[in-house]
Amino acid sequence: MLKGHQSWVFKNRPVIMAAATVVGPDEGLGPISEDFDIVHGDLTLGQKTWEKAEKALLEEAAQRALDKAGLQGGQVHFYIGGDLMNQIISNTFAARTLNMPYLGVFGACSTSMEGLALAAQLVDSGAAQYAMSGTCSHNCTAEKQFRYPTEYGSQKPPTAQYTVTGAGVAVLGAQGDGPVVTSATIGRIVDMGIKDPFNMGAAMAPAAVDTIQAHCRDLGIEPGYYDLIVTGDLATVGYSIANELFEKHQFPIGQTNYQDCGLIIYDVNKQAVQAGGSGCACSATVTYGHLLKRMEKGEIKRMLVVATGALLSPLSFQQGESIPCIAHAVSIESGGLYA
Amino acid sequence: MNFVWAFLIGGAICVIGQLMMDVGKLTPAHTMSTLVVIGAIADGCGIYDPFIEFAGAGATVPITSFGNALVHGALEELQKEGAIGIITGIFKVTSAGISAAIIFSFLAAVVAKPKG
Repeated sequence: MLKGHQSWVFKNRPVIMAAATVVGPDEGLGPISEDFDIVHGDLTLGQKTWEKAEKALLEEAAQRALDKAGLQGGQVHFYIGGDLMNQIISNTFAARTLNMPYLGVFGACSTSMEGLALAAQLVDSGAAQYAMSGTCSHNCTAEKQFRYPTEYGSQKPPTAQYTVTGAGVAVLGAQGDGPVVTSATIGRIVDMGIKDPFNMGAAMAPAAVDTIQAHCRDLGIEPGYYDLIVTGDLATVGYSIANELFEKHQFPIGQTNYQDCGLIIYDVNKQAVQAGGSGCACSATVTYGHLLKRMEKGEIKRMLVVATGALLSPLSFQQGESIPCIAHAVSIESGGLYA
Repeated sequence: MNFVWAFLIGGAICVIGQLMMDVGKLTPAHTMSTLVVIGAIADGCGIYDPFIEFAGAGATVPITSFGNALVHGALEELQKEGAIGIITGIFKVTSAGISAAIIFSFLAAVVAKPKG
């Protein structure tokens, strides 16, 4: 149901029946490695190409999520997914294996919550009984497509971010046990004219702030409603800009615990990840792995996940275009709260 | 003293390259091309040779020396063969470097399977 200008409230409270995460070696060395279902020690996953490795991550996560939900692939009505690759090949090829009716979406690193919001909308409206949403990214495929071939060994400035190797998948159902998706806010494009693809956190921060404020405005709530508001992948540079913007807009972010997935997944001081994590899998693996487990333990009752995306293409960057950015917010609440 | 100047000048050229990338926000490819062009212009003005005498390897090892070598070969052949020498001489001095790049790239491609 539409609420305000750009938000949906899900009256039937679709349930996240299960979620699964698969990550690569660097994430396995990070501070939340215990929370992932599968950690691969090898970036190639035994595949011939980086792209095949990325697809394999997603397939594994999808299978694990289905197993946890106790569902067969054939029971899921729709799969919604996307990734960073041109023509979202990782999801399309994985959907070929999954053999489910498939809706491909592109929201760059905001795909995790774009997919979850759409899947929740399908389940909430009765368009599906079970829907699955997933996304993935691989450090080497992203480097290769957006920056330089991995073997080239190009230097990176400290504002650059490190693409997370991993995949996160959530299965939603109309009924069942688990955390519930209560609302979502669809972001609009915010472009502050930043052209540096090695400083995406700074480019995306205004979009995140815009969506968080729109969410609170539409729903008529204060940020303190949530125990945790988490942005997708702003990392150190973008996170501090977001905090500055909240202060400038006099938005009471201090009421809640505001964090960023890009700073949760890695130990920025110890791991060589520049400003922090990024990529579709950053918000997906942190949310579906770490945060849902914290919710299960009762540490978090309500959280707002705001996945941020930098919607540039290698071509648009080469032609000197600025980076259009977006953020989608999804509110996840502990299922037991109202039970 | 030669070693000290080679160290300082060679390092200074690298610092310029690093500043071009970090402050000027040039890509690695643009940085490299710009340094080659600077070396070529310097030799065209006749100042790269005295620069090499002064800084030795500090001037010959960085990529600016490649631009210098391109122009050097072209100018030499221009004097010997006339205008056509500009075309035939441009890779004369750099032939060894370019041939080595092609041959070793080929050998590497035979054994390695790059994933990009």
